[in-house]
Amino acid sequence: MSVTAAETWRPRATQQGWLSRLFDNKAFLIVMCLAPAIGLLMVFLTYPLGLGVWLAFTDTTIGQRGIYVGLENFEFLFGDPIFWNAIFFSVFYTGVATVGKFGLGLWLALLLNNHLPFKSFLRAIILLPWIVPTVLSAIAFWWIYDPQFSIISWVFIELGLRETNIDFINTAWPARWSLIAANIWRGIPFVAISLLAGLQTISPSLYEAAMLDGATAWQRFRFVTFPMLLPILAIVMTFSIIFTFTDFQLVYAITRGGPVNSTHLLATLAFQRGIPGGQLGEGAAIAVAMIPFLVFATLFSYFALARRKWQQGESND
Amino acid sequence: MSNIITRRSILGAGVGATALAAGGGAFAQSNIQTAAAAPPNLPIESGATLRMLRPVRFVQPDEEVFRANCARFTQQTGVQVRVDFVGWEDITQQTAVTANTGAGPDLIIGFNEAPHIYADKLVELSDVAEYIGKKYGGWLNLAQRYGKRHGTNNWIGLPFGASGGPLVWRKSALNAAGFQAPPDDHAGFLDLCRKLKAANKPAGFALGNAVGDGNGFANWLIWSHGGYLVDEDNNVAINSPNTIAALNYLKDLYPTFVPGTIAWGDISNNRAYAANEVWLTANGVSLYFALKNDPATRPIAEDTEHTLLPKGRLDASPMAGLTLNAMVFKHSRFPNASKALLAFLLEKEQYDPWLQANLGYWSQPLDAYSTSAVWDSDPKVRIFKDVMRTNFYIGYKGPISQASAAANADYIMVQMCAQVASGQATPEAAAREAERRAARFFRRR
Repeated sequence: MSVTAAETWRPRATQQGWLSRLFDNKAFLIVMCLAPAIGLLMVFLTYPLGLGVWLAFTDTTIGQRGIYVGLENFEFLFGDPIFWNAIFFSVFYTGVATVGKFGLGLWLALLLNNHLPFKSFLRAIILLPWIVPTVLSAIAFWWIYDPQFSIISWVFIELGLRETNIDFINTAWPARWSLIAANIWRGIPFVAISLLAGLQTISPSLYEAAMLDGATAWQRFRFVTFPMLLPILAIVMTFSIIFTFTDFQLVYAITRGGPVNSTHLLATLAFQRGIPGGQLGEGAAIAVAMIPFLVFATLFSYFALARRKWQQGESND
Repeated sequence: MSNIITRRSILGAGVGATALAAGGGAFAQSNIQTAAAAPPNLPIESGATLRMLRPVRFVQPDEEVFRANCARFTQQTGVQVRVDFVGWEDITQQTAVTANTGAGPDLIIGFNEAPHIYADKLVELSDVAEYIGKKYGGWLNLAQRYGKRHGTNNWIGLPFGASGGPLVWRKSALNAAGFQAPPDDHAGFLDLCRKLKAANKPAGFALGNAVGDGNGFANWLIWSHGGYLVDEDNNVAINSPNTIAALNYLKDLYPTFVPGTIAWGDISNNRAYAANEVWLTANGVSLYFALKNDPATRPIAEDTEHTLLPKGRLDASPMAGLTLNAMVFKHSRFPNASKALLAFLLEKEQYDPWLQANLGYWSQPLDAYSTSAVWDSDPKVRIFKDVMRTNFYIGYKGPISQASAAANADYIMVQMCAQVASGQATPEAAAREAERRAARFFRRR
């Protein structure tokens, strides 16, 4: 009977239309599905980036189409002390602020990892500096550092500890440290919350085993917490370095690169030369000069992470 | 910020009329003398409509009167006019885009040098300029400088007014220091600042990245000593003995300032002055009006006087006003209508009420308007009447160009001064550095 049935029922040899055959084609599907993403990337990432790099090799100004000038912009920048100062301060700002952010952020994460009353509430509060739009916090710091109306100066004078206002941003080094302090304040929550997430993935059994072996608190941190945290530490640090290195808003809102260009970051200098100064080509060249630093930061993260083979299921070296 | 005038024309005209009636002449009658002049023949293209960009207002009546004036133009000619008010920081970029793409507004009222950068994209306005100039007693110096192509009589821009930044000072503080008014020579001015410092009522001038105030002070300092950034032929000439002398003078002057002026932006001196922290500074008229309109600071306004900055080695106080400069683009399909609108706005029936609505923020480009009633409205504002009579401009004394504008926006002069004031560089080194930076902007392409 089954034979009969098999004979009577025949799967219809469907005559597929060209459209459905097309959609069954794997190659076509790949192209179709990737096209929107590639299109977006081309229009909003590759094209602007390519245009920026191209502009760096021209003498374009606002209002005038430029011509190709080769490395002329870079040659000028090479002999420009303001540019070298911007490189120095970008690296210094990123370096010091990153150390500060990670020192304080890790400490905060460890504190928050303990059982505290109102734990969720505290964690939400910690995020505030990160949530507030940078421009707003920058304007708040602008007032805090104001040469005449600084709240800090006011408190010190009212308490009788000082006679004059504190010089926050009127001379080069105080201005640099003030900006770094503002950046650290803003960056701590990102580091703390990310590391807190990392801390919570560490299995308590590891700590129990360590305690049974008689490990001290420092040893538990050094030999359990820190190695387990390293992968997330590396990626958070990469992000943090990139954000800090390309910072613009804090510096532009508080000092505009002053006093006398001592606090220009590459990003603010590129903007200053490119838009208010009208020298689009030179501004683009300064922006392009940031690329090697950012590539280095990205590679650092890649190799720091790839070293940890256990992440791919292998044992650690 | 955009509004289509025609849809509001009745409303706009109504507001104007009500204002006139209610205030018993909200705008006083001015006695503007005119000379006979034949208007240029500008047959308005049929079906013309115009779109204009201009910077946002200082004060509300500025916008109201400007819109009412445009509405009246629509009534008389049938040409619809749409005016968009653009933020001050954006107008330069929008002008650049308009010029480069050949699309967008028919006319733009921009700032200072804009028509000179886009000269080949603009309609020549000589016919209108000559007619208006003849009728209203001639264009003032600054207007000629910003209106005409360098070294020619061809007008590419029509200046609508300028705003200057003279000394703003507290009468009580100067009197207590033994001065009736700020002296007109460098030594006397230094003496005044030292005495104010000793009385703990210091002076303060911006030396930070402040486009208006910082450049205003730095330009005065260098110019009043006979220095300048570029010469008439556009050669960089900042590294001169006069500049060094100016910077050496600054070394003596800066210690008398309130601390912190190297970090000052454009707003800082306004705040410090309003808080009794600074007793002598330089600023536009906006500071005075802000103080006058706030009951809390009214006594400061009453104690405030305006004086031109010291002449120093020159025979006139060097001060370059920020100038409104109108231009008509070649891509406009209605150049005659555009020109007719500009001429219409500069006629006394429109221009004088607008000048009065601005209370002295903007000062006229044409001689005849110096008798406008606005200059009798408040004696403390009268000093702004002659802002456009100056021979000084941004980029003095070279041709007005993109380079002179960029050198200004990149704070070359300000930072040269700040380097010396802060002790970072000797006057000689600072002048050399300014020369190096200026050479980059003024290089031949």
